[in-house]
Amino acid sequence: MIRCLVALGVLVLSGLAAGEELRFCLRADPKTFDPALVADEYSFAVQYLTGGVLVRFNRRTQAMEPELATSWKVDQGGRRITLQLRQGVRFSDGTPFTAQDVIYTIRRLLDPALHSPIGDSFRSGAGELRAESKRPDQVVLTFPAPVVNLERLLDQVFVQSATSPLKEKAGLGPFVLKEYKTGAQLLFARNPQYWKRDKQGRALPYADGVRLSIQANRETELLRFERGEIDLINTLDTRLYDRLQKEMPRAVADLGPGLDSEFVWFNQAPGSPLPAYKKKWFTSAAFRRAVSGAINRADLCRLALNGHAVPAAGPISPANQAWFNRDLKPHAFDPKGSLQMLEKAGFRKGPGGLTDSEGHRVEFSLVTNAGNPARARLASLLEQDLAQLGIKINIVTLDMPSLLERISRTADYEACLLGFVNTDVDPNGHMNVLLSSASNHPWNPKQAKPATPWEAEIDALMQAQAGLADARQRKAKFDRVQRILWEQTPIVYLLHKNYLVAVSPNLQGADPRPLAPQTYWNIEWIAPSGTRTISQR
Amino acid sequence: MKTGIRRTALGVLATLALAAAGAGYLAPAPYDRQFREEPNAPCSRRFPLGTDELGRDRLSRLLYGARVSLLLAPSAALLATVAAALAGGAAGWLGGWTDRALMSGANLVLAMPWMFLLIAVRAALPLNVDPGVSLAVTVVLLGGLGWVPAARALRAGMLRLVRSDFLLQARAAGCGTARLFFVHALPNTKGLLAAQFWTAVPLFLLAEANLSLLGLGVAEPMPSLGNLLRELESFHHVRSQPVVLAPLVVLVALVTCCQLAFPAREEGMR
Repeated sequence: MIRCLVALGVLVLSGLAAGEELRFCLRADPKTFDPALVADEYSFAVQYLTGGVLVRFNRRTQAMEPELATSWKVDQGGRRITLQLRQGVRFSDGTPFTAQDVIYTIRRLLDPALHSPIGDSFRSGAGELRAESKRPDQVVLTFPAPVVNLERLLDQVFVQSATSPLKEKAGLGPFVLKEYKTGAQLLFARNPQYWKRDKQGRALPYADGVRLSIQANRETELLRFERGEIDLINTLDTRLYDRLQKEMPRAVADLGPGLDSEFVWFNQAPGSPLPAYKKKWFTSAAFRRAVSGAINRADLCRLALNGHAVPAAGPISPANQAWFNRDLKPHAFDPKGSLQMLEKAGFRKGPGGLTDSEGHRVEFSLVTNAGNPARARLASLLEQDLAQLGIKINIVTLDMPSLLERISRTADYEACLLGFVNTDVDPNGHMNVLLSSASNHPWNPKQAKPATPWEAEIDALMQAQAGLADARQRKAKFDRVQRILWEQTPIVYLLHKNYLVAVSPNLQGADPRPLAPQTYWNIEWIAPSGTRTISQR
Repeated sequence: MKTGIRRTALGVLATLALAAAGAGYLAPAPYDRQFREEPNAPCSRRFPLGTDELGRDRLSRLLYGARVSLLLAPSAALLATVAAALAGGAAGWLGGWTDRALMSGANLVLAMPWMFLLIAVRAALPLNVDPGVSLAVTVVLLGGLGWVPAARALRAGMLRLVRSDFLLQARAAGCGTARLFFVHALPNTKGLLAAQFWTAVPLFLLAEANLSLLGLGVAEPMPSLGNLLRELESFHHVRSQPVVLAPLVVLVALVTCCQLAFPAREEGMR
């Protein structure tokens, strides 16, 4: 009897303990625990829980707000930043947080031997970083050349201790890593040294711990959510979302368009092995615009993504409040107008389909990656939309390595349907796609000099905005870039997928937003069921 | 009893084959026609099996899909059987280094990671090919990789034949090698070859389904039983619309009826 009671007591206690921890899944193990080497979303999730940053990009207001730096000032055209540091903060092992830690972190990021992906963003020009700390609560970092959007970059820099014996294991975030079982789970405990407090003066985070299960299968993740074994799902696909909405309508949220986009582009590389007449089609702005105008984007959103997407006008989603050009609307669905445009450009529609001025039937292959059902649906819809113009599309699904080989190395393809996963709201995040010299410039990569005047203009505008400190001037230039892309249509933007998330109704303080990490960006303020009442931020 | 089952199986196969062959007449709509205002429609008089996510009539797609699969699998099986007859027959008949070389080749093919090979070959093909050509390439690939088990069986059968009394007698009577092979030996492997062919058909039906599930089989919008099975990826979808099981039912019926109607018979070797 006593044994039974003890066992019952243990069960009740373990139930309570489980109720006070946040639980969600990562789809794969983190690749690194070193804050300077984070490049994948799973390692980023770990750092987001355990690391502290100087300034944070608020996912709700989309504005920078103080964290370990109480204030900051960028001057000398983006070369210098002066940071006022928070006092009395300690790392998770008790080591005091000082200006030396900030200097150590930045120097380590910039160490060429480390190959830090985050450090690359700070490497603005040749020369040494100058770091000064005349006062213990102030750091002045002077870079050899202007660093674009310097304070925004600091949102990704997790400060490391210069002196702690635990090195990168000592963190300034709300949680500390307690246990890691490869392929199974990561357990985090509350960081007792965490500096943040709520209005009532209670120490954050509200949750006592976080349990991250490694779970690659989305169906299993959903089943675990339905059983109450996890509290959050950061990204749901449309089918699972619709299913969960029927079963647990209070638990799901469509956050509206995210930053990602789906699009088609035509191969315009002069060195590609395509016949000259096809190159002529693809380099014709009228042809690209006509194709774009014949696509029923509303149908794409409704049928391919069950309505969880919005038509796209360009690379920037309406979710990106600061940089979206509101004057631009997606190309209207107008097959008749498209046909007229094609006829003006010398194309003719006959019983056998559309032919160009030399009599070639307009037919091309559209490559996309295998194993993506939504993209396969998009391809089928595009095929039927363009058939109305007399254009024949051959859909080819390839495994990802073969696809990348064709689009980035051999240029042996005609059109490609793919998507961008975008995590950065700043225009500089698009540099590697929009600059004509970039290797990821989809339609004609690695150009020695811009092939067209409008590409030259985009290059100039992107470089100009990158060197400006004034946000309004930058916006004007980036608006023009978006306008050129809309007019020339080198990429036919189709849609922006909505972010679909699931949050247990038992959680308090969760405020999912369409910017990563969507559901847990304010994790220190999220309280699992059974925890103390929380206050507003 | 066995004859009854066999007749029933043959009847089901014939019905399915006829329905597939007459898809052009029986299908209520073209397989790629999208009724965009009626996606995921339930079964109705207009859409007897409902519509898929893009509003395409499921019955039409099933009929055309069965046609594609019924064309693809027997063609690949025929190719594999012919290749097996040539390789296995020559290995068993000639013996010696020819046997060793052919069987080493067969072992090599068997050891190959065929899925990766198929993916690599598909990736190397020209992109702008007609879906029919793409289908033919899939047939050649499946047939070219699936001949080994049949070749081994045929080699073993041919080895038995070579040592058989009637061939010894024929040789003793002065029969030439070519006549011995084509008139006496090869016709005696007909039963075995037929058994190998009918064993290969369901295997290739399933292979096509596997390839399609990876998005590498028959290209959209052309349907096949394999790519129609994609709708089964979500269990919840099956629960809410059990009609999506129709391609699976047809596939199971085809495979089962193939096995029942044409059982692999050792007695095929006389």
